[in-house]
Amino acid sequence: MPMFRGAVSRRMEYLISSGFICGVSAICFLFTRYIGPEVVAFILLLAVSLIAMFFDILPVLLAATLSAVIWDYFFLHPRFNLRVGNTETKIMLSMYFVIALVSAVLTYKIRQIEKIARQKEERLENIRLYNTLLNSLSHEFRTPLASIIAATDNLMTSPSLLSEEIRSSLIEEISIASFRLNRQVENLLNMSRLESGFLQIKKDWCNIKELVEAVLQRLEESLKNFRISIEIPDNFPLFKLDYGLMEQVFYNLIYNAIQYTPENSCITISSSYIESSLMIIVEDNGPGIPEIEIPKVFDKFYRLKNVSIGGTGLGLSIVKGFVEAHSGTIELSNREQGGARFKMNIKTERLYNPPDDITQS
Amino acid sequence: MTSPNPEILVIDDELQIRKLLQITLQSHDFSVILTNTSAEGLAAAANKNPDLILLDLGLPDENGHETLRKLREWSKVPLIILTVQSREEDIIRALDNGANDYLVKPFRTGELLARIRSALRGSEREENNPVIKFSEIELDLTNRTVKVNDELVQLTQTQYALLVLFVKNEGKVLTHQYILRQIWGEEFINQLQYLRVFVAQLRKRLEQNNSGVIYITTVSGVGYRFVCKPLEE
Repeated sequence: MPMFRGAVSRRMEYLISSGFICGVSAICFLFTRYIGPEVVAFILLLAVSLIAMFFDILPVLLAATLSAVIWDYFFLHPRFNLRVGNTETKIMLSMYFVIALVSAVLTYKIRQIEKIARQKEERLENIRLYNTLLNSLSHEFRTPLASIIAATDNLMTSPSLLSEEIRSSLIEEISIASFRLNRQVENLLNMSRLESGFLQIKKDWCNIKELVEAVLQRLEESLKNFRISIEIPDNFPLFKLDYGLMEQVFYNLIYNAIQYTPENSCITISSSYIESSLMIIVEDNGPGIPEIEIPKVFDKFYRLKNVSIGGTGLGLSIVKGFVEAHSGTIELSNREQGGARFKMNIKTERLYNPPDDITQS
Repeated sequence: MTSPNPEILVIDDELQIRKLLQITLQSHDFSVILTNTSAEGLAAAANKNPDLILLDLGLPDENGHETLRKLREWSKVPLIILTVQSREEDIIRALDNGANDYLVKPFRTGELLARIRSALRGSEREENNPVIKFSEIELDLTNRTVKVNDELVQLTQTQYALLVLFVKNEGKVLTHQYILRQIWGEEFINQLQYLRVFVAQLRKRLEQNNSGVIYITTVSGVGYRFVCKPLEE
């Protein structure tokens, strides 16, 4: 119903409602031999109520008035005449008019109430999402903050009781917790860029290999115990992409692989260009993802069940958002030989022939 | 190094950051001047003649970009921007206005010290030294030859020009537009594809004999930086 509304302009609503009343009246007119004016009145009232279910109040009032006039003219005795005969018919006509109006107004009001209920439901849904966000954020921020505060408290209050070994492990905890906090802040900032709708995509020529290598360098520390394989040809063309957004896409995907696969797993990044579309695959040979959870992993705040790895559940939804900002698609599947595979397809311009060395004589 | 204790002027309004910068810098044998507003910072820059300035972009009395612009009217002192904003436009603007480098908070102490040393080195480097030597790279400006690990590397003219530009600005972020303007000219400043292709070629040439060593690092959405540890003298 709400989909139907809105698709029809106000003028169309007037046209359709009067047309509908005329059509119903015409059909009734064909059967005047079999049905009396009282039955016609009920059929017309039904038609007005139907219109009230879909259209705005004014077209409905028009339909109510129009149907009263038609009923009087074509069906009430004396027929083909707007005059009303005896008192009984007068009462009937006025009753008809009042009932038509009341049913029109009532149906319209019910719709208004429904609309309010729907808005309320949406608001509740928003509140639910907001609560998930708050829970997830307070967990993701308070856990590292708790380790920082606990570690610094220990370091400050009882320094003499701590062995050199414990001291350095406390300091390491502080460092790990701070980096975790920083990553979450980064994710939140990116999410708010996406949500605000102000994400401006700035495409320029990018060298995919250069981009991937820059990301790997940023992740050098975390990648120490992983194997990385880059399968991108040396003479791969340049593509028009937003460097910063794609960097975040690769960062989140690779970081995800690091978190969800055991050490020594292999992460493979490959790229090819098929039918004017850039395809990028980031895959690993870890445990993969339970099939039933695959459709949900890109949802905001979604976390894999039965996995005790921290996170806000924002990383992959940011990836999806940034890929979609390039009018691209991303899908996740499990590899036959085991492991998760993220496959992206982005339609984009490419530049095959490198520009000439123009200063060469 | 000219003086044993290079003096660093910090302009940042956050007390905690000032304190930590002071501890970090002093423990690495730098002397430190702390200021917390643009006006104070500019005054200290004029009166005390520091060797390097660390400038925060979000100052209470005026925008750090404005501080930088005023400072550059009369001083060429090496300056590193410290900012919480990682917006590319801000960074490019600061670099184009004469900042030598930038660091987004939070940053690693090691990174900060490396950038400070490299900026200080840049200001000291002999402009007309004909042979520039880095760990594995030897650049002979008079004979226009490049050696990597003592092996001669053939470069095209553009590749060579690009390498010279990078080496002369070692440690400094060069924006895409700046490099394009310097190498190809004003009308090419939006032709990023030239730069991408030539950087890829140059990397391949320089890095083929040094597996794993990355000289030209990509600065996301901003430009490139040539990094290399110089030989101990």
